[in-house]
Amino acid sequence: MNVKRKFKVLGTRPVRPDGVEKVTGKALFGADTYATGMLHARILRSPHAHARIVSIDTSAAEALAGVKAVITSADFGEVDSEMTRDTMHNCMANGVALYDGHAVAAVAAISKSVAAAALKLIKVEYETLPHVTDVDAAMQPDAPVLHANRQHRSVVAGTPGNVVYYCDFGHGDVDAGFAAADKVIERTFKTAATHQGYIEPHACLANVGSDGKADLWCSTQGHYNVRLICAEIMGMDESQLRVTASEIGGGFGGKTTVFIEPVALALSRKAGKPVKLVMSRDEVFRASGPTMSASMDIKIGMNADGKITAGHAKLRYQGGAFPYQMVMMGAMSAFATYDLEHVRAEGWDVMTNRPKMISYRAPGAPMAVYAVESVIGELAAEFDLDPIDVRILNASREGTKSSYGPTFKAIGLVESLEAAKAHPHYSAPLGANQGRGVSCGFWFNFGGQVSVSMAINADGTVNLIEGNPDIGGSRASISMMAAEELGIPYEKIKTIIGDTASVGFSDVTDGSRVTFAVGIATINAAKAAKAEMCKRAAKTWGIDVDAVEWIDGAVHPTGHNAGEFPPLSLAEIAANSGRTGGPIAGHHEGAPDKAGVSFGVHLVDTEVDPETGFTTVKRYTVFQDVGKAIHPSYVEGQMQGGAVQGIGWALNEEYIYGEDGRLQNAGFLDYRIPVASDLPMIDTVIIEVPNPGHPFGVRGCGETAIVPPLAAVGAAVCAAAGVRLFELPMSPPKIMAAIDAKK
Amino acid sequence: MRYVGVNSFADAVDLMGSEQGKCMILAGGTDVLVQLKLGLVEPDLLINIKAIPGVKEISVSSTEYRIGVAVSGAELGEDAGLKAEWPGIVEAMELIGSTQVQGRATLVGNLCNASPAADAVPALVSAAARVEILGPLGRRKINVKDVTIAPGKTSLAKDEIITAVCLPRQQKNSGDAYLRFIPRTEMDIAVASAAVNLILAQDGSVQSARVSLGAVAPTVLLVDDAAKALVGSKLDDAALEQLSMACSAACSPIDDRRGTIDFRTKTAGVLACRAAKIAFQRAGGSL
Ligand SMILES: Cc1cc2nc3c(=O)[nH]c(=O)nc-3n(C[C@H](O)[C@H](O)[C@H](O)COP(=O)(O)OP(=O)(O)OC[C@H]3O[C@@H](n4cnc5c(N)ncnc54)[C@H](O)[C@@H]3O)c2cc1C
Repeated sequence: MNVKRKFKVLGTRPVRPDGVEKVTGKALFGADTYATGMLHARILRSPHAHARIVSIDTSAAEALAGVKAVITSADFGEVDSEMTRDTMHNCMANGVALYDGHAVAAVAAISKSVAAAALKLIKVEYETLPHVTDVDAAMQPDAPVLHANRQHRSVVAGTPGNVVYYCDFGHGDVDAGFAAADKVIERTFKTAATHQGYIEPHACLANVGSDGKADLWCSTQGHYNVRLICAEIMGMDESQLRVTASEIGGGFGGKTTVFIEPVALALSRKAGKPVKLVMSRDEVFRASGPTMSASMDIKIGMNADGKITAGHAKLRYQGGAFPYQMVMMGAMSAFATYDLEHVRAEGWDVMTNRPKMISYRAPGAPMAVYAVESVIGELAAEFDLDPIDVRILNASREGTKSSYGPTFKAIGLVESLEAAKAHPHYSAPLGANQGRGVSCGFWFNFGGQVSVSMAINADGTVNLIEGNPDIGGSRASISMMAAEELGIPYEKIKTIIGDTASVGFSDVTDGSRVTFAVGIATINAAKAAKAEMCKRAAKTWGIDVDAVEWIDGAVHPTGHNAGEFPPLSLAEIAANSGRTGGPIAGHHEGAPDKAGVSFGVHLVDTEVDPETGFTTVKRYTVFQDVGKAIHPSYVEGQMQGGAVQGIGWALNEEYIYGEDGRLQNAGFLDYRIPVASDLPMIDTVIIEVPNPGHPFGVRGCGETAIVPPLAAVGAAVCAAAGVRLFELPMSPPKIMAAIDAKK
Repeated sequence: MRYVGVNSFADAVDLMGSEQGKCMILAGGTDVLVQLKLGLVEPDLLINIKAIPGVKEISVSSTEYRIGVAVSGAELGEDAGLKAEWPGIVEAMELIGSTQVQGRATLVGNLCNASPAADAVPALVSAAARVEILGPLGRRKINVKDVTIAPGKTSLAKDEIITAVCLPRQQKNSGDAYLRFIPRTEMDIAVASAAVNLILAQDGSVQSARVSLGAVAPTVLLVDDAAKALVGSKLDDAALEQLSMACSAACSPIDDRRGTIDFRTKTAGVLACRAAKIAFQRAGGSL
């Protein structure tokens, strides 16, 4: 392990640069941009789960006064890449409406009310088709197939057509492992599809000029990705489409693709005017991407001493109306927490008549880990073993060959488990009808492509431009890392998110990658600026650049031999830069790939009302190895937010479909995310085992925290209610049914 | 859609009488505005009644409370006398929505929106509250129980308007309570609910009772058998068991995204027992 470095700025808690604007209502979110002559757009959506679009008659809508453009799939051209074509067809149905809420036409008009009136004048003739919304039903040989011939080569020949991807990870011989176990438990679990639930609906403003150039403002986690997809769909050069990311009111993975941007661009091109398009909440639920629902079989063998002898997971994920590959993440995560000799995780990605899934915080991992951790908890109880001891006994450590292949470097799982065991929460007494649950969780974290550009101003301040939308306080963390590296105060630095025309390509803000990857680029950009400042100082002193060095925010001569000069601070060098060679800057472009995996352990106490099945979360503590917490408050915020989203997933959140294949709860009233009064304060304990792949030890912390809560809450509820449940959400009717069945 | 603000109930009645299309009244607007925005309703005429003199007032006489039709939940909660006498009704109203919604939402709006799950209605029914109605033929008074006739439908004629809620003065040795079940702690719709209003006899046993249930049938139920189960008892286990069974027997709920038939039926009984205990203690009884 690295010797822990002493930092001046890292680990402090300065105010975030976007904070005042956000709390005073000045921040500009996706729907807050206006343009002269702007039109308002609305999208007409399919009321059917699956239907052939026989004809669309837009003439009456076009004739309505105030309507400036009406589009259907006929207004989009051909696209070469299969992935982008699917995205385009998800934004606008191409001949077949594939789910309730699928876009079939759109209008742009001089006002929202004219646009709404025009939608009613569009006549769509549908021929309904058989539909399927459940994953197990969609895998049956007689299920209606959404797209023929779209199975990935990984899929075994003869598998029903909705199965589009298959994966198989592991090592050893699981059958031998089960044969050697004192006890083997095999269980089937189901989890519902959940939505990211960001408070800001998708919103954009598109402005296509008569010269074919375009500007697009939108709420997104990755404006370069928006540019990539939209330029291809619109047949434009990337350089001609400038995309600006607004402030973002939450994304959690749900804003890593496009749902409305190509529609707004196509309307703007047709109308010759700027077009604003804002989804309603109902549209967000019906037509943006929730995460997958799942059906899973888990088999685990254990010896009486708690040692796991083998584990086998079969994961069937339902991901909506287009081919996708996400079950892989679940299969890789399922057993990543444990050092196992015999392990196997298989996964199937399946299409159904539901909106196409998109990432949701640690996509694919929470449900798989829920199922695995639930069985481990059950086995520990079977042998009357402490659930944390069992996990420590089997925990992955530095040098463990992971269940998905790579060998772990320094990791903080055992430290997190030991912290949980030693915490007062773990030994606190429980009241009547209360139960305690524990679960581990894991996420990979990610590096990816990144660009940072840094200018040293003549007054000694610094402007930094990066290309990753800030969804969790990253502008503060990036400024802090720049401040640490440059040896100047945090307040001297301003970090902004540049548009696609102002700084180089940057991957989407996802995979908990920004503090890691943008951090590395920032450190390298600062190093480049420091090297230049060393040159300037050497030039000022008239000595060789090898005879100077950077110490604590200033250039010093390397020793007496170099000459006796008082050090030159960053501010002094900057003030003089006009005379020593012009402006000083640093930049870095790269693709850092040494992201460090992150493990977490959650402890939760719940109380279940035995007469109504109502669950109260009484106490919750999150332990997580984050490598290095640059800004501890924002790290804690990530840990708390993940826990809360996981609590919602465990207890009440679900996409509910009727027999007719239509979504029944497209709103926050019946799609129940936890409200503030549902929750206790979520306590946090930050564990710091530095990532050897980052100069400051950063791992990334945004996603791991949503992985453990499902099983932790599951175990706590089961203990409190005295029943075993194998299905999420554990809504009160389900808990009561289990309690009644036991009587 | 035409939007009109009126200064008298008579003007509202005239306007509604001469309007060919659909009329709606804007009290707090916490149902109407949401429904307009979602495109669920498209009234031709929307009448704001909040400027009519007296609609924001609560008056009290020796026989009744008269609550104006624009009194919000928050204002109801600030009336100490009413709160002391009818805590169940006030608490029911205060359960509605959030702090922001409380500043607008009204009892009559809750009643006339005619949701089977309306929170203020069971407690009003248990209290034997009445509403005063103005129409082209004059004034009439009906029981709250008779206002809602089906989900989304009231017994009011198209040109009738409610002008006040009339609540009898609570008797000595009496108490009321309302409880609802929601899967969260707030900002939700009742999956089942129960209101109990009790009067105790000299000996501390229940002399008379009114038990009503919400969200378990198309309209709020007043369950006579449930009341009978309590009368004469001091809420012993047998009486509570009877109460619970009578309530469950009266339920005819639907299976939907908010709860199953089985769950609603059982929960109604559980809530009735819990509400009965609170009402009993408020009436001065000891358990
Ligand atoms: C966020 C939120 C949370 C909510 N939570 C709850 C809850 O927990 N429980 C619950 O029961 N409800 C809830 N509601 C619904 C709503 O707030 C209540 O039903 C409220 O009491 C309605 O009152 P209002 O004054 O706003 O009615 P309005 O919206 O103004 O009117 C409602 C209906 O009553 C009619 N009406 C109004 N006044 C009269 C009159 N004098 N004569 C005849 N008809 C009239 C109107 O035409 C309309 O049909 C919630 C609403 C929101 C937006």
